[in-house]
Amino acid sequence: MRKVAVVGAGMTKFVRRALETPKELSFEATKAALDSCEMKLEDIECVAHGSAPDAFDGIHQKGEYLADGCGGWNKPTMRVFNGGATGVHAVCHGWYHVASGMFDTCLVVCEEKMSNAMPHAQGFFLTIFDHITERPLYPNLLWIFAMEMNRYMEAYGYTKEDMAIAGALIKNHALNHPAAQLTEKVTVEDILNSEPMAYPVYRLDVSPVSDGAVAVVLASEKVARRLTDKPVWIEGVGWNVDTSYWTNKDLYYPRYLEVAAKMAYDMAGIREPHKEINIAEPYDPFNYKALHHMEGLQLSPRGKTVELLRDGHFDLDGEIPMCPSGGLLGVGNPIAAAGTVKIAELFYQLRGEAGKRQVPGDPRLGVAHAWGDLMQASSVVVMGK
Amino acid sequence: MSGVEKVYGGTGLSASQVEDGSIFVEHDALDCEYTWDAGVAIGRYLQELKNGRIIGRECDECRRILVPPRMFCEICWRPNDRWVYVKDTGTVNTFSICYVNWDASRIEPGHPPHLPAVIELDGATKMIGIMHILGEVDPQAIKIGMKVKAVWKPEEERTGAITDIKYFKPY
Repeated sequence: MRKVAVVGAGMTKFVRRALETPKELSFEATKAALDSCEMKLEDIECVAHGSAPDAFDGIHQKGEYLADGCGGWNKPTMRVFNGGATGVHAVCHGWYHVASGMFDTCLVVCEEKMSNAMPHAQGFFLTIFDHITERPLYPNLLWIFAMEMNRYMEAYGYTKEDMAIAGALIKNHALNHPAAQLTEKVTVEDILNSEPMAYPVYRLDVSPVSDGAVAVVLASEKVARRLTDKPVWIEGVGWNVDTSYWTNKDLYYPRYLEVAAKMAYDMAGIREPHKEINIAEPYDPFNYKALHHMEGLQLSPRGKTVELLRDGHFDLDGEIPMCPSGGLLGVGNPIAAAGTVKIAELFYQLRGEAGKRQVPGDPRLGVAHAWGDLMQASSVVVMGK
Repeated sequence: MSGVEKVYGGTGLSASQVEDGSIFVEHDALDCEYTWDAGVAIGRYLQELKNGRIIGRECDECRRILVPPRMFCEICWRPNDRWVYVKDTGTVNTFSICYVNWDASRIEPGHPPHLPAVIELDGATKMIGIMHILGEVDPQAIKIGMKVKAVWKPEEERTGAITDIKYFKPY
């Protein structure tokens, strides 16, 4: 397989409700990504596209609908979708287009417009549950994440304050992200005193609902070296899906993520990720998820994560900075696009271009992760310079 | 050449701009109807719920007793072997106290919170549970590990649905 580099990245601002349509958001992000590496659409050979349920837009087959905005006209263009895991999975998808030797350049574009769905996008998640054994109970996503959070905290004796510390750490990184939805500092007390939604989940334990799009440009080695003297290489990719019978497993540990991460680390030649990875972007739609995923990513021993968190291990200047972007919790959570923000963040960080968010100490290796469906799917990309 | 993006597209709107007509919008309420076949495994599961019993399927290879039942084992990837009744008692594996309805609206003031739980059923394999709701319990008294029992609808009201169990209560 050939080496593949990320050579450009671009995104829109993340907002609660955007004036722009899904196509227009896709165009803005795609244009920004191409401009960032001084490429034109004619330089792009194929498009890998990601967007979450059609139901949010109320437009079926939205891959083809969005393709115009993604630069997909008259090109090999294909959408991937596995819920929240889409944003990183679409980069895996783009990677094999180029790694296979089939194409030299690939645009990866992920977009989500949550605000179309009325009165709230949450209602559409009812339809991801089993239609006979679960849906008649009228579940929502808060139910199941609250139950996973509860199980996770119970397993190790973690507290709500522990989870809030992780949330405040990540959210406040977003204050330095120019595209972020969150603009005000959040304290641990703010989180603990926010509205109880589904104990143990309170309002500020959760990421905001967002509209937005992110795009990255992938290139083969020979093209990347012509384009830039700072290519960021995709060192490994991995993905995995667990059973949809989510009540038949112990939620305290994401085993499917461990498998996905090991697939990516093996490809990257990483044997001890907790010593070798310099930056982590675990998927963080809820504050507990960031910690849960640090364990699944093999970056923190199970049950010791809160201790490391409290010791500053995951701070911007710690051993493994966690979500320096500001994550879904701070930048925002337009489902499919939220994972791709993490890819863009590693691109900026590893090039030393992350501004006030820059992780010190010349980081060389980072991992981005996205997660979705019924606590079921994970996609992982390892990037290095 | 720089990898840093300079301009961010995307224009944030306020709720009032959508409501007061200062931007153009199109509204539609889609109404989708389906009639889903319950299938072989869940068909029997629903029949037994109507009878006031919970049934699972046993796999001889991994030795798991699976609820909700399926006719194949997704791990061993083979047809599984037999029907097995499990008990209508179990243990709370995890739970939530939820003040939000399915569509993100808040519950009415004075309305009790929703109490979803994963209940590991007695007679099924450890960690094999179903999602249901808890009732006849002080929300603050719910604990992981709590023993609970199904409260069934009266026989004549059962329709062959997961809601034939009204809720699980401590016992």
